[in-house]
Amino acid sequence: MKDFAELYAELDATTSSNAKLAAMQSYFAQAAPQDAAWAVYFLSGGRPRQLVPVRVLRELAVEFSGLQPWLFEESYQAVGDMAETISLVLPETLHSSTDGLAVWIEDKLLPLRGESPEVLAQRLPALWAQLDRHSLMLCIKLITGSFRVGVSKLLVTRALASMAGLDSKRVAQRLVGYTDLSNRPSAASYLKLIAAESSDEHAQRGGQPYPFFLAHALSQPVEQFENLLGPASNWQVEWKWDGIRAQVVKREGRLWIWSRGEELVTERFPELDSLVHGLPDGTVIDGEIVVWKPAQSGTQDAFAASPAVQPFALLQQRIGRKTLDRKILEEVPVVILAYDLLEWAGDDWRNQPQDKRRTQLEQVIATCNNPVLLASPVLTGENWFDLARQRESSRSRGVEGMMLKARDALYGVGRTKDMGTWWKWKVDPFSVDAVLIYAQRGHGRRASLYSDYTFAVWDGPPDAHERTLVPFAKAYSGLTDEEMRQVDSIVRKTTVEKFGPVSSVRPSLVFELGFEGIALSKRHKSGIAVRFPRMLRWRQDKSVEEADNLATLQDLLG
Amino acid sequence: MDLVIARPEGLYCPAGDFYIDPWRPVERAVITHAHGDHARGGNQHYLAAAPGEGILRARLGQDINLQTLPYGQRLLHHGVTLSFHPAGHVLGSAQVRLEYGGEVWVASGDYKIEPDGTCAPFEPVHCHTFITESTFGLPIYRWQPQAQVFSEINQWWQANAVADRTSVLLCYSFGKAQRILHGIDASLGPILVHGAVEPLNRVYRESGVYIPPTIYAGDVQKSDPIMRKALVIAPPSAGASTWMRRFGDYSDGFASGWMRLRGTRRRRGVDRGFVLSDHADWPGLLWAIEQTGAERVMVTHGSVGVLVRHLREQGLDAQSFSTEYGDDEEDAALTEPDTAEVQP
Repeated sequence: MKDFAELYAELDATTSSNAKLAAMQSYFAQAAPQDAAWAVYFLSGGRPRQLVPVRVLRELAVEFSGLQPWLFEESYQAVGDMAETISLVLPETLHSSTDGLAVWIEDKLLPLRGESPEVLAQRLPALWAQLDRHSLMLCIKLITGSFRVGVSKLLVTRALASMAGLDSKRVAQRLVGYTDLSNRPSAASYLKLIAAESSDEHAQRGGQPYPFFLAHALSQPVEQFENLLGPASNWQVEWKWDGIRAQVVKREGRLWIWSRGEELVTERFPELDSLVHGLPDGTVIDGEIVVWKPAQSGTQDAFAASPAVQPFALLQQRIGRKTLDRKILEEVPVVILAYDLLEWAGDDWRNQPQDKRRTQLEQVIATCNNPVLLASPVLTGENWFDLARQRESSRSRGVEGMMLKARDALYGVGRTKDMGTWWKWKVDPFSVDAVLIYAQRGHGRRASLYSDYTFAVWDGPPDAHERTLVPFAKAYSGLTDEEMRQVDSIVRKTTVEKFGPVSSVRPSLVFELGFEGIALSKRHKSGIAVRFPRMLRWRQDKSVEEADNLATLQDLLG
Repeated sequence: MDLVIARPEGLYCPAGDFYIDPWRPVERAVITHAHGDHARGGNQHYLAAAPGEGILRARLGQDINLQTLPYGQRLLHHGVTLSFHPAGHVLGSAQVRLEYGGEVWVASGDYKIEPDGTCAPFEPVHCHTFITESTFGLPIYRWQPQAQVFSEINQWWQANAVADRTSVLLCYSFGKAQRILHGIDASLGPILVHGAVEPLNRVYRESGVYIPPTIYAGDVQKSDPIMRKALVIAPPSAGASTWMRRFGDYSDGFASGWMRLRGTRRRRGVDRGFVLSDHADWPGLLWAIEQTGAERVMVTHGSVGVLVRHLREQGLDAQSFSTEYGDDEEDAALTEPDTAEVQP
């Protein structure tokens, strides 16, 4: 536990990738396999479900620290992180535990799940008393499932690959699905990750998907496309769907569906189960799960007319459900819009060119002949300008823009560019000028800094007799550190009232807010909910009176 | 009658007609210590503890109208008996004791409990009313013994030197810098200092405080091999400037009580945060307040609301004093913990 806490502290202390890589390499070189197995799990984003309710943790920490609850709360507000706060207020102890990470997780922490508050009140303080402050903070982060550290999965992959003398693509391949809840890290699973290449590597795969190939953003003006990308005819162009990226794996008579977060989501989409019959063994398809309602009447060809994809918000509601009843399945049905074929007849097709994969994919879909498996249509245009014109219809079609894939490109790993590139050519976000009315202190790097803001627009036009500001969105990204410091200082000076951690401020700051989608909502005072709101610009040139009003938002609803 | 009240110009003693650490120019200013937010220019008369004279003149000008008193010596002014007592914060820092008509008030300025060898250690002074700072007034702030912090700094310096990497340690140039220089193991390698630090080292040395030999960083060429083994002491403002370029491959650290929090450490963007403060931590504040025996406590700059509420729960008559301390130039880059509401 202490070794892993030290690794965490080292990774946390530096921004240099090389230093992080070196720290991980030296950790893995000396860690016991069963400990390394859990370290890989946490470093590459694995999180067990919360073991102890935060409320219980908080109560125990208050009791054990001897602080008044309000004083603990004040401390938490200043620190911005529950695990760190608890580690700072509990009595400091010497580190006495010699147990490794695996023993801590498997024998001490996982068994806490589901225990009554009385049992937890006995066990937790006894566990805490064995750990020094850094290990204690880490332990609580593991308990609450809030462990995060600034390393990418790619970096973990590289550390393992260099230590084991393997190609990092091979390690990436083996790591897929490692953090899924169904996988319990063990010495054996770790040794498999770093084992020498074997001749039957492919056959051992089971339901393993491939690492997803990820797209890069393309933000240059269309005038430069010819220069940058060559003629449009060299590119396979598709809509950029706003759904859940997924791989459908059919092997050994079974079907697995993996999300882009490498989570096994098969059970969340029962309507796709029927694909187990239509797809032959040794098939892996890459595509997007979307909520789909075929056109009710009129045109037969739903694609050519307008893709009847439904807003992501609907999909989100469905994901949030614990159980999927018949009503939900009827009202919010999903399909998979397939756009790539990664494995066919048991062979890895990722080194085949894009257009060959596409041709084969269309055949697979045709043969399968199942209404839940559709091909993401290929768009054609005379040139880039023609495509740019078509792209303008993105919003009305419910898509985010276009995807550009070179016809001769291979299917890469992650966000690499060495095998060819996928570009996402998104439409500009919606934007409005909004007024900052509440601010809250942030977490982590922004602890004690007012960095999370609530924005409002006016409920009437500038000439209205009397109008008020109605909140409609929260945002906390898009400002530089320097801008955030300035806003923080203005918030402190203009605070009117405090409600717990939230400060209401005298309206004086206007920001251009960008967002991806907009929908009616009963949950918000303004009646409107926006998706991915963030600050595009601080409008220091605008007064509060010049901010937009609700009518602007309603116009965007279309 | 209150011996000290808050006025727009600063904390004011009506009976003696003088101010303590005023932030606007006044006729008579009693100064607790020479940090920029407590000792400002433009006052007609200054009164301070004798060990602080060198620093005060170095900062505010040699020609200021300054009278000094040794610690403990009493001065009668308009019927108010005034004396200075060590605050343990920086060289020359003092608590101001005022006695008038049987009432005793002590204004602490800034103070630290742990003795550090660079200034007279904090002495609790018995009083009826104690004016305390609250910079680190939250239970999350608890300091390690300084010996532990110095050993962390030594280890970091040593590891960097082995890797031929300069160690740049950022800290406030007055007080913290000298405390670190006094506390570290100077045998580990050459010590370079920034131009803002060297003049203050001189004053400390002249006052008889041991500061190991230092080299002015501007005198060393980038190519000089001693660079690679050196510890460099510089103010925080140098950390983000082009001044750092001369060190090529370096590791940077920051020494401050704020480094106790992961968030502030990360926001600073330095390789290492060393938790070392010239202020009292939470247990230190509570201990100091208790030692004074005061029944009434006036809380200034920092976590005012939190400390006031906590003291009231302990049965003390605690109130807040609104001041403009705590925005020292070097301090401003770090966000202070917020003040909580005071419960009526």
